[in-house]
Amino acid sequence: MSTSFHLLTDTPAQLLPARELMAFTLASHIILVPLGVAFPFITLVMHYRGLRRKDEVALLLARRWSAVMAVQFALGIVTGTVLSFEFGLLWPGLMGRWGDVFGIGFGVEAWAFFLEAVLIAIYLYGWRRLKPRTHFLLGLPLPATALLGAFGILAANSWMNTPQGFSLDSEGNPVDVNVWKAIFTPMFGPQYWHFVVAMIITAGFVVAGVYAVGWLRGRRDHYHRLGFAVPFTIAAVAAPVQFVLGDSIARSVFHKQPVKFAALEIVWETDTRVPEYLFGRLHEDGTVSGGIKIPLLDSVLAGFSPNTKVVGLTSVPADQRPTATQATIAHWAFDLMVVIGSVLVLLALWYGLVWLRHRRLPASKWFYRSAACAGVASVVAVECGWIATEVGRQPWIVYQNMRVAEAVTSTRSTTLWIMLGVVMAVYVFLFGSFLVILLKMRTRWRLADEQRAAGGAVHAPEADTPYGPREPLPVGDAPAGGGAARAEDGRP
Amino acid sequence: MTADLIAVVLLLAVAAYACGGGTDYGAGFWDLTAGGAESGKRPRWLIDHAMAPVWEVNNVWLIFVLVIMWTGFPILFQTVFSAMWLPLALAAMGLVLRGAGFAFRKPSRRLAGRRLYGAMFAVASVVTPFFLGAAVGGVASGRAAQGTEASADAWSNPTSLMFGLVAIATTALLGAVFLTADARRFDAPDLVGYFRLRALSSLAVLTVLAVITGFVTHEDSPHVWHGLTHGLGLLFVVVAGVAALATAWLLLRTPSVWMRVTAVGVVASAVIAWGMAQRPYLIPTSLTVADAAGAPATLTWLAIVTLVALVVVMPAVALLYWLDTHGELEELTEAELRRGSGADGEGAPPGG
Repeated sequence: MSTSFHLLTDTPAQLLPARELMAFTLASHIILVPLGVAFPFITLVMHYRGLRRKDEVALLLARRWSAVMAVQFALGIVTGTVLSFEFGLLWPGLMGRWGDVFGIGFGVEAWAFFLEAVLIAIYLYGWRRLKPRTHFLLGLPLPATALLGAFGILAANSWMNTPQGFSLDSEGNPVDVNVWKAIFTPMFGPQYWHFVVAMIITAGFVVAGVYAVGWLRGRRDHYHRLGFAVPFTIAAVAAPVQFVLGDSIARSVFHKQPVKFAALEIVWETDTRVPEYLFGRLHEDGTVSGGIKIPLLDSVLAGFSPNTKVVGLTSVPADQRPTATQATIAHWAFDLMVVIGSVLVLLALWYGLVWLRHRRLPASKWFYRSAACAGVASVVAVECGWIATEVGRQPWIVYQNMRVAEAVTSTRSTTLWIMLGVVMAVYVFLFGSFLVILLKMRTRWRLADEQRAAGGAVHAPEADTPYGPREPLPVGDAPAGGGAARAEDGRP
Repeated sequence: MTADLIAVVLLLAVAAYACGGGTDYGAGFWDLTAGGAESGKRPRWLIDHAMAPVWEVNNVWLIFVLVIMWTGFPILFQTVFSAMWLPLALAAMGLVLRGAGFAFRKPSRRLAGRRLYGAMFAVASVVTPFFLGAAVGGVASGRAAQGTEASADAWSNPTSLMFGLVAIATTALLGAVFLTADARRFDAPDLVGYFRLRALSSLAVLTVLAVITGFVTHEDSPHVWHGLTHGLGLLFVVVAGVAALATAWLLLRTPSVWMRVTAVGVVASAVIAWGMAQRPYLIPTSLTVADAAGAPATLTWLAIVTLVALVVVMPAVALLYWLDTHGELEELTEAELRRGSGADGEGAPPGG
């Protein structure tokens, strides 16, 4: 029988549902992450512009974006909390043995996150009462806290990829923990900057995409131009940077995690003059079907020379490397991410060239069509990047130190499958509601703008309630016991 | 030594979550019991108004608790999450539904949507503390010993049941006390009476539950019972009792801001009393603080991280609560989101 089948029968039954549950909740949470990390930054840029140039339209955009942020941040916080529960519920083995080695990153993340929650609350609810300058200044540290939060998470993940900062005792338990080394692992730098820039690009393209659609539908006022140009410019500046960072992280993987690199590039035998496959499928016997084969390119990309030796999957025993299927998944995710990234760079160049030559936004419909797709595409790229790094590490949860199968919970697989079903239903409902609410807010605002442009009745009564239920105190209908209380309780 | 310090930090973080998160869950409890769309309109208005700026911060305490657990005492984390699988999984689901329900209710306009999200928020607000309490009860009664597989017995036992109910009653008390004060702050005198009545009732219920819990723990978790009736544990039980009396007294008089302090005092002292009663165990009587402690270097760094957090986060949290209680944090209205100019004028709601 094939190796992967053999390995599957070896693994505990709860491994698959636990993995699917973690994958599903993380993949969902990850959609919100770019907005959580980089959206405050983009909003603050818009806010700054509004204050600086006394541009009311820019301020309006910043205000509305912060209303979107309120809903999105709440959903991000709760789905993020679920993940920290899942560390214990699904991977108790990982946390029990290694928690004290790599957990400290999360310690930093927790207080960064705390600070972010405080500052975002002040920013969201400070628009009305705080002095404009104070309000803006209190919002200013937000991007820094987001960077710090990402620091913690990425420290933990990069440690799982290249664990260090401990030695093992005779029973295989970690001792002599060196926290500093455990945080700053070889993969930390590359992963961290790659991630941060990915978040900026994604948030920028997603937000700009909304206004690109508006542009295509004929809304070409200052409001839409500004709403498009600010986030798009930020993303367009970051996209070429990401190209360089992406290349550098691939090279780090090549050096630090050669087997993972072999999976990402589906390299079977260790060799020089290795060809590059675009997509294609790896089989258990090492053959590749489908895909586009480019001779020598993989060696050239890895070490700038066709004579660069690339380590293959067969360099380690079958039970210490991803299966052919897993390698194919990681490879596809990797290639898709690279393709999307490259196309986004071209889009950014298009934008940059038009701007340099004509000092205006591009006029082509195709540009806006691509821009509208860029948001979705960059979210797909983020998902792909995450799949590539996680699946490429298989079968290890802590690279070369602990297998996923050793970390998994002992809870019965049936329970986990049921849980997966419940969680999927709940998340589909929540993310669906999230989308519906955003669309409704957008429609409401557009109607309001159109009414105002027409000089018509702005004061439509049903449009005048706050976006939150902080409406004026409803009169009458005093609740039970209220009457008596009203009489006896005066203000001091 | 460092391990003891981190254990104290963990206990204080749990106490902070019980107070911050508890107030929040309590608001959900009163949302659930506020009645139909019409009769519950005003209490719900107040609940939304009071919770909005601070609920996310209140809930981040939980992440602190979890992080300190797995970094400082990895074996404790592993053990608790293995043995208490189901209640913790259900609590996690409750947390999602609750947060999302609250966040989604705000921007939905139509009554049907607001009802749906509101019900989600309110029901989950009661269910979540129950399961968290039940898990704590399982720990306190020593049922979550190392190597325990997830089983119903670990959390469906007298101590867990009582801890779950006490958790709900505690949140109800905190919620009602804070909302009484908020009702004054937002100038809704009728709601002061409304929530004061509820605060007093939940204080009564909590007292009854606490007495029953005392009897239950006497039989079911002798180590904790012994700790609660001796030494530091007893001291904090007494403090909690005094704070409860003070809360009742303050509630019966014209409610003042001080009742928030005393109500928080009740809950924090009770949590600390439980922690003191468990000494030297994290899980009585099988896992001591010393045995569960992570690597010494990590604990030292965790202490440093905590110190930094204290220096950086506390002023920020204080600023948030200060701004909030001084009415500086107000949500924008639709009109303000729409208008191209100025921060005041049309649509500004009264009462803030």
